[in-house]
Amino acid sequence: MIDFEIPTPIKRQVQFITMLGEQVMRPVARYYDEHEMERPWDYINLIWPTIRDRGGRSFSVEDGKEDKEGKPRPRIGYLMLAHVVEALSWGDAGLYLCTPGSALGGAAVDATGTPEQKERFLKRFGEGEPKWAAMAMTEPHCGSDTAAIRTTARLSEDGKEWILNGEKIFVTGGLMAAKESRGFVVVWATVDPSAGRAGIKPFVVEAGTPGMTVTKLEHKHGIRVSDTAAIVFNDCRIPYDNILGSPEIVKGDTEHKGFKGAMKTFDATRPLVAASALGIARAALEFTASYLKERGVKVRYGIAPHLQTAVERDLIHMEMQHRAAWLLVLKAVTKMDAGEENALDASMAKVKAGQVATYVSQKAVELLGPEGYSCKLLVEKWMRDARINDIYEGTGQINRLIVARRLLGYTSRELR
Amino acid sequence: MISFTPSEEQQLIIDTVRRYAVDRMRPAAYEADEKRVIPSEIIARGWDLGLLPSAIPEQYGGFGETHQALTGVLAAEELGYGDLSMALYLMTPNLFAIPILHFGTEDQKERWLPRLVEGGFAPYTAALIEPRWSFDPHTLHTVAEREGNIYEITGHKALVPLAADAQAFLVYARENDTTQAFIIERGTEGLAVLERESFMGIRALPTYELRLDDVHVPASCRLGGDQGIDIDALMNYSRVALAALAVGVARGAFEYARDYAKQREAFGKPIAQNQAIAFMLAEMAIEIEAARLMTYEAAWHLDKGHNATQSASLAKAYADEMVLMVTDRAVQILGGHGYIREHPVERWLRNGRGFSTFLGLAMV
Repeated sequence: MIDFEIPTPIKRQVQFITMLGEQVMRPVARYYDEHEMERPWDYINLIWPTIRDRGGRSFSVEDGKEDKEGKPRPRIGYLMLAHVVEALSWGDAGLYLCTPGSALGGAAVDATGTPEQKERFLKRFGEGEPKWAAMAMTEPHCGSDTAAIRTTARLSEDGKEWILNGEKIFVTGGLMAAKESRGFVVVWATVDPSAGRAGIKPFVVEAGTPGMTVTKLEHKHGIRVSDTAAIVFNDCRIPYDNILGSPEIVKGDTEHKGFKGAMKTFDATRPLVAASALGIARAALEFTASYLKERGVKVRYGIAPHLQTAVERDLIHMEMQHRAAWLLVLKAVTKMDAGEENALDASMAKVKAGQVATYVSQKAVELLGPEGYSCKLLVEKWMRDARINDIYEGTGQINRLIVARRLLGYTSRELR
Repeated sequence: MISFTPSEEQQLIIDTVRRYAVDRMRPAAYEADEKRVIPSEIIARGWDLGLLPSAIPEQYGGFGETHQALTGVLAAEELGYGDLSMALYLMTPNLFAIPILHFGTEDQKERWLPRLVEGGFAPYTAALIEPRWSFDPHTLHTVAEREGNIYEITGHKALVPLAADAQAFLVYARENDTTQAFIIERGTEGLAVLERESFMGIRALPTYELRLDDVHVPASCRLGGDQGIDIDALMNYSRVALAALAVGVARGAFEYARDYAKQREAFGKPIAQNQAIAFMLAEMAIEIEAARLMTYEAAWHLDKGHNATQSASLAKAYADEMVLMVTDRAVQILGGHGYIREHPVERWLRNGRGFSTFLGLAMV
């Protein structure tokens, strides 16, 4: 039954985060944008107990329980997560990315790990001090073309350890995960460079493992408070059991086996990145609309097009684009919760949200003129923060490619 | 609880209407557009689907279901997928029935609704649009003035579907500062159906201009009696209907362009294997899906009794833009063949361009 009612626990959670956004995040957003290497400990310490008490799963709700009549409740974990990520990003996207918890690294463990591995790696997020997990995929010579990864993982002579060598860049939260907390980094490396995609596997490298060094922190256009690290692996030894999923290489079936883990991770994370994008876009849209309203420019819905002012038309266009993208996100996470295949929906949502967040936030700067361009307000910052969303977790182009392949029934070889 | 999956009942409606669209509408669409006529057999079959009767309660001769905009948009998408002219033809009685169902007095409902749903397809219609670039349903130039128990209505209407055969018209006019509707029967003095209109698209749908010169109707013909109507509420039923039809048209164009691109070869491979083509198709599919979800959401708000003007306006505006983009790209993907009338995509572009002026031409 087609329905748009958002479950009450989610509405309540969004209300809570909105308050947090207004009272805790917004007031320090500009400061951390201007002091990009500083850790926002106030925010981290404030939010960590909430995350920790929920087992590090960033506000997810208990799933699979029964309601009063004994019927199993529908799973709403990802729906909740999308709302949480959206609302936190509405507060401040940079600070959201500093939220302790399992994050992208955890998503990879979730998607590809065995039950024993999930317990071993994720338990830490439900106890003790704040921790982070990161995902390391991109290398200096390859971003979107992940099959070209050169970081290697070879077995030690006694077969008890993997030895990692290579360099990863653009690791979101890499410093916090690899060095400044008892977290971990999920590193994608090849066990057989001749095997192409089939040889690429995810490995968990614990923070502080000898041979893993954070060599550089990037200075970015936006989301400046979140660290973006380069990490070098130099004969970095990790236990054999830290390979996520199966170490076996299945040759000749590169589409479905070897790379499945990474792709499965993306099905979960892409709608969440899209949600983050739309949180920023909503911040820009709401601010612009209320700023203009206070100055006498009000949006009238349902009036004839020739009566709309140019500004009104822009605002309606921004709002409609934003809503369209958000509904695509909701559909992608709803399918994820239902355990349905959602790769197409995830990439569609990501394409649309990346584009919309960029458009809406850039338009907001335009509409507010010199005020929009000024650092007095956060609008210019939102524009810079939003821009990453059409790039990371698969650029708009890579996601278009994925959508197109699915629609056309083409393999990655047929549509390159 | 949020869900994007149709219920079994909703899915059944989708499947039934889709079968009609594919088996009946599609094969006849080209000729209907060229000859500007829709075979009556197709309309009869479409009427057998029972879409309008199932929205009318039993006491007024229908099947006893409550009127659901959501059900309406699910069916409308499929009809739009079949053929827009035929879809609008088939849905024309809605323009008369749905306003009466929502705003009619008890007398008006008892008098008119059974005539609409008992028996075969009956051409009842409505006249809202006026032949002016600045047409606005809130400030009509057609004027209704009350003198005692009589209304005097004068004005000029356009895009009135099936007017030549219509038994009765629901004519929208400006009364003081509001828009109201009046039931005017065929043959009333001063009501003239002018020549059939010709447009860029929807060429198989017979539409007419209408002239009203001092048409006198009793006050009992004012829809809703003293209460009158809420034009925005009615426009919302039109907005979601048109948005759904646009999604249907666009889906047809997307599928056609996709299949063509996979089969047409250039430089030794299907053109769909070029990113320039593949990305266009990806974007078309994304926009169609987004417009569909916005339409569902607006219809859901309507059925919940929420104020739906915002969501319905956004869905309509989105779908207007989407259908033009998608049908235009379909023409581009087919290249020269897209410009040739043998392929349906140029027709879909002609039909798609009209959505931004169709407000009031369809309702669910």
